[in-house]
Amino acid sequence: MNSGDVRDNPPGGTPAIELRGASKAFRTPSGAWHTAVRDLDLTVGRGEFVAVVGPTGCGKSTTLTLVSGLEEPTEGEVLVGGEPVTGIRPEVGFVFQQDAVFPWRTVLSNVMAGPRFRGVSKAEARERARDWLARVGLAAFADRYPHQLSGGQRKRVALAQTFVNDPAILLMDEPFSALDVQTRALMSDELLELWGGSRAGGGTAASVVFVTHDLEEAIALADKVVVMTAGPATVKRVFPIDLPRPRQVESVRLEPRFIEIYREIWSSLGEEVRITRERGASRVA
Amino acid sequence: MSLESAESVGAPVALNMTMSRKEARARANRRRRLLVFATRVLLLVAFLATWEILARTETIDPFNFSMPSKVWDQIVQWTLHGTPQGSLGEQIGYTLYEALLGWIIGVTAGVALGIVLGRVRFLADVLGPYVKVLNAMPRIVLAPIFLIWFGLGVPSKVASAVVLVFFPVFFNAFQGAREVDRNLVANARILGASNRRVTLQVVIPSATSWIFTSLHVSFGFALIGAIVGEYLGAAKGIGLLVAASQGTFNTAGVYAAMVILAVVALLTEGLLTFAEKRLFRWKPGAPGER
Repeated sequence: MNSGDVRDNPPGGTPAIELRGASKAFRTPSGAWHTAVRDLDLTVGRGEFVAVVGPTGCGKSTTLTLVSGLEEPTEGEVLVGGEPVTGIRPEVGFVFQQDAVFPWRTVLSNVMAGPRFRGVSKAEARERARDWLARVGLAAFADRYPHQLSGGQRKRVALAQTFVNDPAILLMDEPFSALDVQTRALMSDELLELWGGSRAGGGTAASVVFVTHDLEEAIALADKVVVMTAGPATVKRVFPIDLPRPRQVESVRLEPRFIEIYREIWSSLGEEVRITRERGASRVA
Repeated sequence: MSLESAESVGAPVALNMTMSRKEARARANRRRRLLVFATRVLLLVAFLATWEILARTETIDPFNFSMPSKVWDQIVQWTLHGTPQGSLGEQIGYTLYEALLGWIIGVTAGVALGIVLGRVRFLADVLGPYVKVLNAMPRIVLAPIFLIWFGLGVPSKVASAVVLVFFPVFFNAFQGAREVDRNLVANARILGASNRRVTLQVVIPSATSWIFTSLHVSFGFALIGAIVGEYLGAAKGIGLLVAASQGTFNTAGVYAAMVILAVVALLTEGLLTFAEKRLFRWKPGAPGER
């Protein structure tokens, strides 16, 4: 596969993901066109953790579906590993906002699904799935069904299900937004750990695009925070995060540097949030 | 409160109290269930007794309305000495065979076509209006036509059962395939599933609960199809018993056939529920269960 070649000998550091002037418009049920994303330029380096923040409903998720190949841009280009995205690529993993584990499969079978879909033998798939279940701390729950798990545990299944495919590109769409605050902090730490260890067998860590509306979460996790404008979304500003790694999500947010960065980004993001709110208010009125 | 402050002496007392409270609740529960059951039986007895008395006192015409004791005698007589058309078991067997065969064919066709049309937009758009027209037609009127086409034997009954079963199953399977959680499909595709795999491992499992709802109703429809077919003309079956009893002004016979049918339908319904429970272990139980 071409993507594999590119990864082995990066020609002058081709970025993992590149969006060039990408736009996406949907036809609404009433027949009108709704532009979710407009003229978007974004670059994600190899092994880079990028968090995308923006006002609610501005089109952050659409960015991810463009990169994943689930949707095609109406205009502009989306490149993964230097190649235009024409469909779903095998090196992409996607963690969804809502529960997307298969309710009729056991936990183990859910994690086995990816390798099985990709033609791995049953025995090997099972072995890899068990390994990942152990890493997310669910080894004892292999035979349960998703409805028998808590929300946090189901999210862990989703993480294992994604990581078992060894994705070079990891897309996450507000993955922890449905969890309570404590579980959320715990999951963030676990995510950083998995991310750091995912490619420990050699090669770089996965390149991550993490969409969230929680600025604290974004700063605590990412190397780079991208602020989106109120919809139709486009990049407003990019802030590098120079906090040292490894980070502990709970403690890092108490550091003075963190608060400094937070204030700086919020002055940019807050404006967009206000615009969105005012629009919402005028629509209601 | 008292549980925490109580030392070695108080603790067993508190424990006893919770035990007895639990017991009291269980007892109340049992009593309630018994009451419901007893009232239920009483209602049936009252109904049958009223019927019997009214018929015996000739307040209602016993020839036209018959009475429970006569219906019972008729069932016993059929069971012990057979019906004019052969043994009772044979009649039930024929009806069940026709219904089951029609049901299996109807369900298979309904599920297959429902899933295909649910997945392939083009076919759904092309065939949509035709399906609607066929569904709007009262399909039981096809039974006489099937009788002409296929004769007095089993095939004409199977055919009328099939047309009755097909549509509800088809619509449910179609709806089920359409209403699959988009997230699940997207997840499967990202994980590497091909279109075929998405259909087999995501669409069909999520449509099963829709399909099963229709299976319950549709077995009843299969029985109706078989019975109506037999009633119109047949050599064997419960429908024929009804027709023959009606022809000889044997009201008790008609009722007896009805009772037998009800029992048969309830038994098959029970079997279906059992199968459903086995198949849906992955589903959270309804509140109060498990």
